Amino acid sequence: MHHTIEIEHLSYTYPDGRRALRDVSLQIGMGEKVALVGPNGAGKSTLLLHLNGILTSTEGRVRACGLEMRKENLGKVRAGVGLVFQNPDDQLFSPTVFDDVAFGLLYQGLPEAEVRARVAQALGTVGIADFGSRASYRLSTGEKKRVALATVLAMDPEILVLDEPTSGLDPRGRRSFITLLRSLPQTMLVATHDLNLVRELLPRTVVLDGGRVVADGATADILTDVPLLAAHGLEE
Amino acid sequence: MYGHDLDPYRPRASVVHALDPRVKLGLTLAFIVTTALTPPGAWPIYIVLFALALATALLSELGVGYVLTRALLALPFALAALPVLVTTAGAPLLSLPAPLALTLTVEGVARFAGIAFKSWLSVQMAVILVGSTPFPDLLLAMRALKIPRLLAAIVGLMWRYLFVLADEALRLLRARESRSAVPFNGRGRRVGGSLAWRARVAGGMVGNLFLRAFDRADRIYAAMLARGYDGEVRALPRPPLRAGQWAVLGAGLATLALLALAGFLLWG
Repeated sequence: MHHTIEIEHLSYTYPDGRRALRDVSLQIGMGEKVALVGPNGAGKSTLLLHLNGILTSTEGRVRACGLEMRKENLGKVRAGVGLVFQNPDDQLFSPTVFDDVAFGLLYQGLPEAEVRARVAQALGTVGIADFGSRASYRLSTGEKKRVALATVLAMDPEILVLDEPTSGLDPRGRRSFITLLRSLPQTMLVATHDLNLVRELLPRTVVLDGGRVVADGATADILTDVPLLAAHGLEE
Repeated sequence: MYGHDLDPYRPRASVVHALDPRVKLGLTLAFIVTTALTPPGAWPIYIVLFALALATALLSELGVGYVLTRALLALPFALAALPVLVTTAGAPLLSLPAPLALTLTVEGVARFAGIAFKSWLSVQMAVILVGSTPFPDLLLAMRALKIPRLLAAIVGLMWRYLFVLADEALRLLRARESRSAVPFNGRGRRVGGSLAWRARVAGGMVGNLFLRAFDRADRIYAAMLARGYDGEVRALPRPPLRAGQWAVLGAGLATLALLALAGFLLWG
C-alpha cells in the first residue's frame, strides 16, 4: 500500500526571496488524521498548497496518492486531493451553491445525471441539502464553510486537506462542523490553531515553525508537552 | 501578499531615486506637457526629448531596456490617433479602393508617427517616475503640487486595495485550479468542460470579485467614518525643499521651457 502523502526534503522560497519551507519531510498513511499546527507564518498554508501542485518547488519531492507532482499528473492529483481553503469566499466563485459544488464534476466531464446526484449527495453530507439554488455570496460564514467542504467532497477525494476549518465559526457552528468532519472517512491533514479540535479529532500532530517540522507524534504526547507548545507559541 | 509583484517601484541607490518626489513629479508633468506641446514635424526637438528620457533612464539605474519596453504600453492608445492618417490634408501617398475611398497622405503618416512617438516618450518618463519613487511618496507629492486632495485620496485608496483585489483574484484562480481535476478512471472522457461553460465560470468569478469589492468599499468607508472621517483628507506637512532640489527643479523646468519655445518658434 502506498503512503497517501509523501514529502521528502521539501524546501520552498517565495519569488520575493522569503524562505517559507526548509527541508520538510512528512509521511501520511491511508486513513490517518493528522493535525498541522504552528504559529502564523510558519508555512502551514504554503505546505498545503504543495499537496495538489498549486505551488511546486525544485528542492525536494512531493507525492500524493502515489503520484509525483509533475505537470501531466496534476489533473489526477487534484482529483485525489481535496483542498479546502481557509477563506470560503476564495473557494466559492460561482453564482449559486449548485454551480460551485458542480464545478469540479463538470470540469471532469461527468454526465449531467451523475453531476446532479453527486451534488445532492455532497450537500446532504454537509447538512445543507436544500441550499442548491442559493447564492454563495449571501450565505453565513458557517454555511459557506459547509459549501466549501461540499465542493471538494463531491469530487470524492482520497485525501482531505483543510486549512483552518473552524476559524470564524461561532461555538455552535464549530461544534457541528467538528461533528461533520468526524463523520468523514477520508485521510485528513488539517492546518489549524484550534487545539481543542486537534485533541478531539486528530490522533497525530505535526508542529511546523519557521518552515521546519519541529515535532511529529501522537497528539496526546504533543499537546501535553507544555515546554514544546510554549516554545512555538501554541500555549492555550 | 503576492500581488505586490505588481508594484512597479524598483529600489535602487541612484540619483533619480534620491531626488525629492515633488521635484520628480513636477519635472515629469512638465516633460509630458512639453512633449505634448511640441508641434508635429519638430523632429530635432523630439530627439532631444528622447535623449533626455534616455539619460534619466540611465541615471535611474532602472535599465534602459526595462523603461523602453514598459513604455510600449502606450502604443495601443496611440491607435486612437489612426484617423489622422487619412484626415490630414496633403500629398496623397496611397488611395484605398471604392468602399472605403480614403487617401493616406504623407503629412498624415508623419503626424501619426509623431503622436505615437510622443506618447511613447511621455510614458517612458512616467515609467521612470513610478519605478524610482515609492507610491506613498508620490501621493504626498501630488498633495504638495495641489492636486485636489479628494483625487489624491481616491488614487491612494485605489493603490492600497488594488493589491488586495489582485490577491483575492489570485486565490479564486487557485481554488478553481484545485478543483480542475482529471478523473482517475475516466479514459476517453472529454475533460475541461465546454468553452461556453468555462466562460460562464469566469464570468461568475468576475461578478463575485465585483460584489466583494463593493462590500469591501462599504466596510472601508464605515471604518473611515468610525475614525472621524468627514470627507476631508488631512496629512502632515512635508519639510520644505532644499536648495539643491530647487536647483534641479529650476534647471529641468528651464530646459523644458526652452525646448518648447524652440519648437514653437522654429516649427510652430
